[in-house]
Amino acid sequence: MDAIVADDLRKRYKDVQALDGVSFAVREGEVFGLLGPNGAGKSTTVRTLTTLTQPDSGRAVVAGHDVIRHPNRVRRSIGYVAQDSGVDWEATGRENLLLQGRIHGMAGAPLNRRVDELLELVDLREAADRVSRGYSGGMKRRLDIAIGLVHRPKVLFLDEPTTGLDPEARVAMWVEVERLAAQESLTILLTTHYLEEADRLAERVAIVSRGRIVVEGTPEELKAGLRGALVTVELGDVNGRVEDAANVVRGVDHASEVGVEGRFVRARVPNGAQAIPHILSALDGGGFEVAAVTTQRPSLDDVYLHYTGRDFATEDAGS
Amino acid sequence: MQFFRQTGWMIVRQMRNLMREPIWVVMMITQPLIWLLLYGQLFSKVTPLRAGASTYVEFLTPGIVCMNAFFGGMWSGMAMITDLDRHVIDRFLATPASRLAIVLSQVVRAAITAVIQALILLIVGLALGVRVHGGALGWVVVLLASALLAAAFAGISHGLALLLRRPASMIATSNMAGLPLMFLSTILVGTALMPGWIRDISRFNPVNWGVQAARNALVFGGDWGPTGIYLLLLLAATAVTSMFATWCFRSYQQSI
Repeated sequence: MDAIVADDLRKRYKDVQALDGVSFAVREGEVFGLLGPNGAGKSTTVRTLTTLTQPDSGRAVVAGHDVIRHPNRVRRSIGYVAQDSGVDWEATGRENLLLQGRIHGMAGAPLNRRVDELLELVDLREAADRVSRGYSGGMKRRLDIAIGLVHRPKVLFLDEPTTGLDPEARVAMWVEVERLAAQESLTILLTTHYLEEADRLAERVAIVSRGRIVVEGTPEELKAGLRGALVTVELGDVNGRVEDAANVVRGVDHASEVGVEGRFVRARVPNGAQAIPHILSALDGGGFEVAAVTTQRPSLDDVYLHYTGRDFATEDAGS
Repeated sequence: MQFFRQTGWMIVRQMRNLMREPIWVVMMITQPLIWLLLYGQLFSKVTPLRAGASTYVEFLTPGIVCMNAFFGGMWSGMAMITDLDRHVIDRFLATPASRLAIVLSQVVRAAITAVIQALILLIVGLALGVRVHGGALGWVVVLLASALLAAAFAGISHGLALLLRRPASMIATSNMAGLPLMFLSTILVGTALMPGWIRDISRFNPVNWGVQAARNALVFGGDWGPTGIYLLLLLAATAVTSMFATWCFRSYQQSI
């Protein structure tokens, strides 16, 4: 069964078409990643699915409930961790969690137990009774996630969970999300503009660009869709003959996009394991000494470039 | 039931957060006293201003109680702006929390604050020789008037906060609306001394409903019929403005 279905969602703000027909489905228990640069429409998609805002047209069903017709049913079934922390600064971590639970109709001992459990889970037990104004960015983010989980939602929305965190806190957050994902029947929709994050956490990824989904699949499928690997040969003693070596590699069947950088020769091939022996024997035949060979599968970076025709890093920096 | 529980816990949050801002608590207590002592002294020699009260301070006390409640309500929307800025409201909106509960918790906070300030003003007033001529009922009416006045304007203020969403716009709007409403009421001078056109307008000024009710109870100790009507009018105004603020969530949600 699908935990989230988005069907041709469209929304326009004054002069920006934020959503231009977004459609995708997330299976129950799956970690699904919406990947794209800032301003691509990821957050608007999440705000629509969490009932925070309404689409101009299109339909969405979350945890079996229509977001437009039964928003309150959706709200009862979801946890929402927004891009910007929603922590109440004047309240302690514990008070933040208790209030969220009470809004969801929880009370008494079960609520207290649940709050203790979550404080433990996100490693905030010691800071639990301090006013959260003094929390670090990473602590606030972990509290956000705990807040989103108080009522045991079926679907958890994580909008850019690691933006603004330092690298160490980011890795800690990944471990956290992986642990949550391992829990039974929790579906997670994650948005991110970090390719490595989507690659690591999401079972399936949809790439969003300018309000549309341009491609969707497992990270493996998307990379395989690019066909091939990048082979890098490090030459031993070159004696100024690197270009000659590159020409030798160009002569190998199926090798394309051959390039040179210092003592390295790079080539794209359909299959790394099959191509390497041919490349090596060709180089050997030409009298070149090879110091090392590596192959690299395409990254989501390459996928992004391939499907949008735009370089991810440039696009993200420009927005 | 769920609605009342939610409102209750939201009020707990409001009051707790309020108590955690020590500067705010000090301001809350000292500001009304400054009004009372300053105005009371400034105009104390002008006998006609007393309008039937034994001293000008006695005439002024219910006015200052109401002015304070009205200003408090008018400014209370700033708390909503803080909550919007910190994305607490967005978080609540993605839960089954009732929008009305969110608004009412803020409105009730404004009302409770106004009542505490009114009590402080009355106690200081007693020390300055003010008597509450309406007795126990008089006290209740003065406190009710301040609570309802704060609540009615808190509704407007929170609606504006959701529409404007920026502190600077809020400050400009509150100042623009606040001072005229104050001078179009009997806070500082009695009806008899007002120019006719101001007297006519003041009848429709909710600030004046509160002042009249409080002054009837404190200075004249009677006239309970009209006083009750003033309080009911304020209650109706609170209902209307709270609904307005709740409705303003739509506009906010359209914008995000």
